Amino acid sequence: MVEAIGVTKRYGPTTALDAVGLSVAPGSTHALVGRNGAGKSTLVSVLTGLTPADAGTVRFHGRPAPHLADRDAWREVVACVYQRSTTIPGLTVAENLFLGRHPLRAGRLISWRELRRRARELLETWQVDVDVSRPAGELTVEQRQFVEIARALSFGARFIVLDEPTARLDGPAITRLFEQLRQLQRQGVTILFISHHLQEVFEICDTVTVFRDARHISTRPVAGLDESDLVADMTGEVRLPGAARSAAGDAADGGLLGAAPVMEARGLGLDGAYQDVDLTVRPGEIVGLAGIASSGRTEFAETVAGLRAPDRGTLEISGRPARPGDVRAAIRGGVGLVPQDRHHQGFVANLSVAENATMTVPERLGPAGTVRPSARDALARTLIDRLDIKTDGPRQPVDGLSGGNQQKVVMARALAGDPRLLVMVSPTAGVDVRSKETLLSNVARVAAEGTGVLIASDELEDLRGCHRVVVMFGGRIAAEHAAGWHDNEMVAAMEGIGHA
Amino acid sequence: MPDNATVTLPGMRRLPALARLRDLALIPAIIVVAIVGQAVNPVFLEGGNIINVLQTMSEIAVMVLAETLVLVAGKMDLSLEATFGLAPGIAAWICLPAGGSAHGLGWLGGAWSVPLTLLVGLAIGLLNSLLIVRFGLSAFIVTLGMQITLHGMLTGISGGKTFFNLPSSMLYIGTAEWGGVPVSIWLCLVLFAAGVGVLGWTRAGRSLYAIGGNTDAAKAAGIRTDRVLWVAITTASVLAAVGGLMLTGRLASVAAAQGTGDIFTVFAAAVIGGVSLNGGKGTVFGAFTGILLLYMIQNVLTLAGVPAQWIGAFNGAIILVALILSRITSGKRQE
Ligand SMILES: Nc1ncnc2c1ncn2[C@@H]1O[C@H](COP(=O)(O)OP(=O)(O)OP(=O)(O)O)[C@@H](O)[C@H]1O
Ligand SMILES: [Mg+2]
Repeated sequence: MVEAIGVTKRYGPTTALDAVGLSVAPGSTHALVGRNGAGKSTLVSVLTGLTPADAGTVRFHGRPAPHLADRDAWREVVACVYQRSTTIPGLTVAENLFLGRHPLRAGRLISWRELRRRARELLETWQVDVDVSRPAGELTVEQRQFVEIARALSFGARFIVLDEPTARLDGPAITRLFEQLRQLQRQGVTILFISHHLQEVFEICDTVTVFRDARHISTRPVAGLDESDLVADMTGEVRLPGAARSAAGDAADGGLLGAAPVMEARGLGLDGAYQDVDLTVRPGEIVGLAGIASSGRTEFAETVAGLRAPDRGTLEISGRPARPGDVRAAIRGGVGLVPQDRHHQGFVANLSVAENATMTVPERLGPAGTVRPSARDALARTLIDRLDIKTDGPRQPVDGLSGGNQQKVVMARALAGDPRLLVMVSPTAGVDVRSKETLLSNVARVAAEGTGVLIASDELEDLRGCHRVVVMFGGRIAAEHAAGWHDNEMVAAMEGIGHA
Repeated sequence: MPDNATVTLPGMRRLPALARLRDLALIPAIIVVAIVGQAVNPVFLEGGNIINVLQTMSEIAVMVLAETLVLVAGKMDLSLEATFGLAPGIAAWICLPAGGSAHGLGWLGGAWSVPLTLLVGLAIGLLNSLLIVRFGLSAFIVTLGMQITLHGMLTGISGGKTFFNLPSSMLYIGTAEWGGVPVSIWLCLVLFAAGVGVLGWTRAGRSLYAIGGNTDAAKAAGIRTDRVLWVAITTASVLAAVGGLMLTGRLASVAAAQGTGDIFTVFAAAVIGGVSLNGGKGTVFGAFTGILLLYMIQNVLTLAGVPAQWIGAFNGAIILVALILSRITSGKRQE
């Protein structure tokens, strides 16, 4: 179906792909896995004609790939959900779905009514409830991801590439996606699927290829494979499962739990998002805020960080009332934030890793408002080491990093300021298995030093290290679990099963 | 940095229906100015005065249309005002007889003047596109350099003097009337209507928004971004040449300084009309209301008897006032 032979791609000093080969059989669902920066997304942009390879060839059905400028020809052979958002914020959802292929009426004019009707139909099959005439820029991250998926799958292409489609989706949404993918599989559509969730690979893929450090390592059938085999291929080391467990269970009892709360919300409510939320986070405590996308967990976390102003209730940070909707005041009050939408709120793409990572701590970079580049780079280097960020160095612009490494920069920025309260929304989205452990052990470490942590997420791995997990459903707190819960218990609670 | 514009507040959910009316944001301002104008001087709403306003704005308005195409696609063109002067200037230079007071070359007959004007516009547009799209140079600097060069060329070929006694075909669209309304008004309205149609109802037009909003995403959606930019930038230059032809016809001359300084008004009108300098936002209709509002305010001041020496100061102030007015009535940030 598609075949890449000896594809090499360099970005300045970085070799993103080193003579890799990949062959996807017609009708198969092929997984591509590897650590952050292994070159997966780079291969995707070569396979979809967005970037030219420095060397090597790509063939579809045994024929050479179309010319790079011939976008129509590319669109016929392959459809793709890219890792970076490719919606256009100023255009409506409907138009984003049919960009470049608007339905026409007589005189080759666009029929806007027909466009909206088809867009509504398309989103209905995905059970996405958004007004199609809203600008795409106003959608939540999940909704936007669905717009991208729905668009890619609606081209009717026989080959579809999905680059981390599930990183921004919650459990039920992933189930819906997989239902649709299974339907496509039955129709004989070929799929290339990228994910850091290895269980998803086992769930819907039949073949899996591993990349490591820009090289092709292995391609094997999924049947009979073990998760630890995959991880060994990805990391290049054999490690006993569970050896890295440094969860927060032990950091908990530092005696800090009796101290005054760093965050206290009472009766907090935001219309259309959540109601009556009471929650306290004490120094050294890691509190999980679990729930599916519509549960209000993200909105609540954003309220705590000052991104939203609540409609009612009180919120205190370190004992003082928070200024509603004032991010600056929140930062000065010692709040560090890992926002959900990293591209909009997480970093400035064309600035360097060092500048982004130290953005919250200008006072540590030099006397009297000056910035000493050496001090900045030194601080950035410690953060790069601590969070295992794969980069050419502190001076590399963030838009040259792989998706998972960008996420780590966002994390670095939040940690750089030694916050008293760390608020994180889906902090490990798009981060590889091993780096996840690194990030979470860093969180455990700052907690052990006395920081209160609030993690809003539906990733079980993110929540496992929490001292307690508060589950939200339909905008209200529905349950609370102390550490040591079972996976299916948590999943059921998030999906609203087991409590009315 | 947290970007408040991207946070969806629950209260915003119902806005989009209203947002579609954003295009009409300046209409209240235009009505207010009309009422004030009528109060200042009853001549204001008389047919003759309205035609006068529309005709004096028609030439610049065509440039506003041209700039809107380029701005929506995420680029900018500062050389339009120079094309506006140079295109008819070169046509006059080539077609006017040599020797005597006409200081032309006399190479071609007068019938060639209009096609020549358009050709010069086309050539400048192609050169701009070559530098901006093909070679990837900064649109701002390329067109700034182009503007200075073209202004200099007009001064060079005219020797700093004004071209008079132009071929009659050059005067037609600036002087003729159809049904009692000057052709330049008809032409301006037709071009704007076409612009509304193309940008609002054709795939090519919509692709301008996609490119201006997010070029990578546009490419991923199968849009030939380079080709669309070539067409947009070149069309803009041709439109500027048409605008220049309209002014030349009305004044029956090409001054050495034709167009100089007009680009400021052009940008101001576009921004007042809701077109974003960052690309991807704004409509042709909005841009039209922008330039209309500017010229109406100017006309009201003239009718109010503002001394001619003060017009320059007022022109600048008017633009600032109009910017503030449009910010208030549209309720959204200008970019
Ligand atoms: N535009 C660019 N400029 C410079 N370097 C780049 C660019 N794009 C990618 N790279 C580099 O190429 C390497 C591979 O990146 P790629 O995005 O393919 O990784 P990935 O496997 O998709 O990782 P992730 O799982 O984090 O998404 C990285 O080291 C990255 O820094
Ligand atoms: Mg990637």
